[in-house]
Amino acid sequence: MNRLGASAATRWIVGVLVGLFFLVPLVSTLLFTFSDNATGGFTLAHWAGLFDPAKASLYQPIWVGLGNSLILAVVTVAIVLFVLAPTMVLVNLRHPRLRPVFEFVVLLPISIPAIVLVVGLAPIYLQIGRMIGTGAWTLAFAYGVTVLPFAYRSIQASMDAVDMRTLSEAGRTLGAGWPTILLRVLAPNLRQGLLAASLISVAVVLGEFTIASLLNRQVFQTGILVVSKIDGYSSAMFTLLALVLVFLLLLVIGRVGRGRPGRTRS
Amino acid sequence: MTDATPRTLPRTDDNLLLAEAGEGTQVEFRGIVKDYGTTRVLHGLDIDIAPGEFISLLGPSGCGKTTALRVLAGLESATEGTVLLGGRDVSRVPTNKRDIGMVFQSYSLFPHLRVVDNVAFGLRRRGVGRADAARRSADALDLVGLGHLADRYPHQLSGGQQQRVALARALVTEPRVLLLDEPLSALDAKVRVQLRDEIRRIQLRLGITTVFVTHDQEEALAVSDRIAVMNAGRIDQIGTPEDLYLRPATPDVASFVGLSSIVPGRAVGATVEVWGTTLPVQGEPAVGDVEVFLRPENVRLVPEGPGAATTGTVQESTFLGSFRRTIVHGDDGTLVRVQHAAGERVEYGQRVGLAVAPDPVSVRASA
Repeated sequence: MNRLGASAATRWIVGVLVGLFFLVPLVSTLLFTFSDNATGGFTLAHWAGLFDPAKASLYQPIWVGLGNSLILAVVTVAIVLFVLAPTMVLVNLRHPRLRPVFEFVVLLPISIPAIVLVVGLAPIYLQIGRMIGTGAWTLAFAYGVTVLPFAYRSIQASMDAVDMRTLSEAGRTLGAGWPTILLRVLAPNLRQGLLAASLISVAVVLGEFTIASLLNRQVFQTGILVVSKIDGYSSAMFTLLALVLVFLLLLVIGRVGRGRPGRTRS
Repeated sequence: MTDATPRTLPRTDDNLLLAEAGEGTQVEFRGIVKDYGTTRVLHGLDIDIAPGEFISLLGPSGCGKTTALRVLAGLESATEGTVLLGGRDVSRVPTNKRDIGMVFQSYSLFPHLRVVDNVAFGLRRRGVGRADAARRSADALDLVGLGHLADRYPHQLSGGQQQRVALARALVTEPRVLLLDEPLSALDAKVRVQLRDEIRRIQLRLGITTVFVTHDQEEALAVSDRIAVMNAGRIDQIGTPEDLYLRPATPDVASFVGLSSIVPGRAVGATVEVWGTTLPVQGEPAVGDVEVFLRPENVRLVPEGPGAATTGTVQESTFLGSFRRTIVHGDDGTLVRVQHAAGERVEYGQRVGLAVAPDPVSVRASA
């Protein structure tokens, strides 16, 4: 071949192999949820069981966990929008020389295994527990750290696409203070990045297991584990549902990433 | 894209902005020093700007002109010195409370807002109601000839239109001073000239004190009441365009403004001798060794020989449409600018003679 890159055939082969690699376990899990233990055939009984009042107590840990995870998602998104984003504005506008350092620190969590993170977090959570209690939502402080690398990349990408300095200076010469600049000038133009960062944070929070488990908090993933020890079918069904949810979220992120600000209404 | 011309201004009595045109505000820079770390970019700047005056800060990039403007806007703080607006020290007043209007070099319209909402932004921040703000914004857009584009988004406009909207947005709040930070440099030549002249026309009608930063001497000469020529953080000369044209204070000004050449001469009262040619002196008579300001149109290129007052080597020759401007490095060390017919071609390094037309010239005693 005299061209750079793979030929169409190679690309298809690689695509199919990788696809199978991901698809086989998923399809197997799906088939498993339809399998009938007694006859070896297929049945909808397990899925119907999700709505069976008699089994409600079995699913209790999952519902509690899901509720906690949703609260955590909201608090984590709030941390991203109200702590990370304004800090990034400050770094980009006022202290651009700090940007490499800031970027390095913010990307660190991606290279630190969750188990290592927990070793450091445990004593901190002991203090947090004494000060403000052990409510599930307090995990959001840890999640706020784990989502940093993902949220940072999406927000920085949209900050790089906008001339924030000129826009904020124009706003100030027109009589706007900093809160107005952030809310009315910068936020609408960083909409894509902020939305993508929020969605990816939700996806990360819903999928997190290690930290919650080791700190003894009940979240969606720990709930699935608890239930799987009692009823393998249910945990498989919930895992599939969770995956579908995250796929949908990623689809939305992709859509958001493609739109351009200010051009949708024109 | 080019902008349509010509435009007519709306009638004064219909237009709130024109109806309320006032006296303008006095602006003073007093001993402004600005350091970035250990680098001093402004060395004690003093400028008094009269109410309603259009003043240009002219100089090469890095001369401190934009920094001076940003200090006036409050976007940078001065290391030393004070800025006075209408006689009041505003050094500690934040940008958003200074009551200024500013047009930036890069396009600065808010991309997510329609043109009319962009213009209304400053009014809304001042607590003007939605309907009133919309009406006044429409008037401001009429003033720059873009009333029909009120519902567009910035990305649907050409560069020249965007800068017009930015001008309307800066003017609609009736600020005390209008700051223009190279607003034309991103535009193509034709639009640049149109908008330049229009800015001046609007400024005269509104009577607003205006500070215009530019590196383009032609732009500054065309629109300013006065020009401050800056160099390395200092003002070399401040004066009317005519002053700069006829009497550059330093060789730097002469070379940057790019008009007169400074050559040595010997004055005898009402006349001065330059390279053996006697010329009448304009203005104050002088005696002894003087510096003579030769305008490029007063000098001709001639063949080397008896007809030449002096000789030199061509250093640079630029085709400028209907004429050509050539810089000759004289054998006596002077740099002489010559304006001549476009058809009269010279090459770099070519030996030429120079002749001086017997027109009146300005002189200054040698330092």
